[in-house]
Amino acid sequence: MRNLWIFISRYNAFFLFIIFFTIGVFLTVKNNAYQRSATLNSTNEIVGTAYERLNVFKRYLNLGMVNDSLAAENAKLKTKLLALTTIDSAKDVKVIDTNTHQQYTYLAAKVVKNSVTLRNNVMTINKGTSDGIKSGMAVISPQRGVVGFIRDVSEHLATIQSLLHKDTRISVVVKKNNALGSLVWGDGNFDIRKAFIKEVPNHIKMNVGDTIVTSGFASFPSGILVGKISRTNVATNDNFLSAELNLFNDFSTLQYVYVVKDKKAEEQKALESIAKPNE
Amino acid sequence: MNSRIIIINIIRWLLLLFVQIFLLKNMGFYDLSTPFIYVLFLLLLPFGMPNILLYLVAFGTGLTMDAFYDTMGVHATACVVLAFVRISFISISLNKDAIDDPEPSLSYMGFQWFSLYAFLCVLTHHLVLFFLETFRLTEIGYTLMRCGLSCIFTLLIILLVEFIFYKRTSR
Repeated sequence: MRNLWIFISRYNAFFLFIIFFTIGVFLTVKNNAYQRSATLNSTNEIVGTAYERLNVFKRYLNLGMVNDSLAAENAKLKTKLLALTTIDSAKDVKVIDTNTHQQYTYLAAKVVKNSVTLRNNVMTINKGTSDGIKSGMAVISPQRGVVGFIRDVSEHLATIQSLLHKDTRISVVVKKNNALGSLVWGDGNFDIRKAFIKEVPNHIKMNVGDTIVTSGFASFPSGILVGKISRTNVATNDNFLSAELNLFNDFSTLQYVYVVKDKKAEEQKALESIAKPNE
Repeated sequence: MNSRIIIINIIRWLLLLFVQIFLLKNMGFYDLSTPFIYVLFLLLLPFGMPNILLYLVAFGTGLTMDAFYDTMGVHATACVVLAFVRISFISISLNKDAIDDPEPSLSYMGFQWFSLYAFLCVLTHHLVLFFLETFRLTEIGYTLMRCGLSCIFTLLIILLVEFIFYKRTSR
């Protein structure tokens, strides 16, 4: 027994290394799993506040650009509003079209922290549970398309698992023929302006320049712009077609995002999760 | 003397992590080369530290980085590996009883010893870091390239910083 203690204390560097290394790997693997209870990330109060302070300066520098994009979007929305409300000039009353039931509502949020240089990129926004944000909600950017999904939420902050993450898959369609595929980033190409559409059935024809939009099957509303195909015939090792596309969204200059609240999300989830035996 | 070393190390920790998180985190050449200068703090910890304390400090520093990078455990593991390499390299290359320098910095140890020491530590740290972050072997070529280029970038900055704070009289 005494010899054992002498042995351990002589090679204590190695044994301590094993202990700490195991803890570290355990933390990493646990965090990669689906059930995460991560509290030590940027939804944390101290970390979040630090990023928010720094962001005040960054936001000021980008004011001009943000202003322009907001004005452009405002104009677009006004045009849409005109189409929805028709003014009957004979009677002079407004008729608001309530025929289509509104399923989605948008909530604007400011990006507090952004990253694009890593393999798995995560952003932080300044809205949390107190604004009704839940894990799994879709996030889009004004005018320019998809951003990602909400991952962890605290009271006033939330993290987004952006499209630039190895676990993110978004259901998309080719706009001209509604062929279904899934959008992934970073298989052999880690350019933040490029992504891949995968698992398109073999008989579909895709051409350079085709627009890709979201399908509306998952949390995203249908028809949100994603990008344009820049290269077809990307070699893969499965029996489906793949193509490379240029994203409309520039992740490195993201300032404001919209969190999409889906009113039917829980109903859809409950319906789809009814387990059938023998299926 | 002892409290002075502790204060110097705390200041160094704050400074290096501040630079890493708020400046270097936003830097990267073509998403291939990203510097991790904060490891310099672990390289420059004093010789006389007990192993357990060294591991605890490395693990804590790694966890702090993880909190800001949203990569739970990855930096912590990489830092622990770095601490192990540091202990092994020092015990192999130096006679422990004859060490009279306070810390393994460039100005005390000379360019040749320090550059090899920094190279080995940074290389293992980056290897563990990038492989844990990717966590799959199918992208091994890309991961290795990223690791190598980041390693060069980090080493360049570390040597630059060390030459800026070089004390000629001490050697």
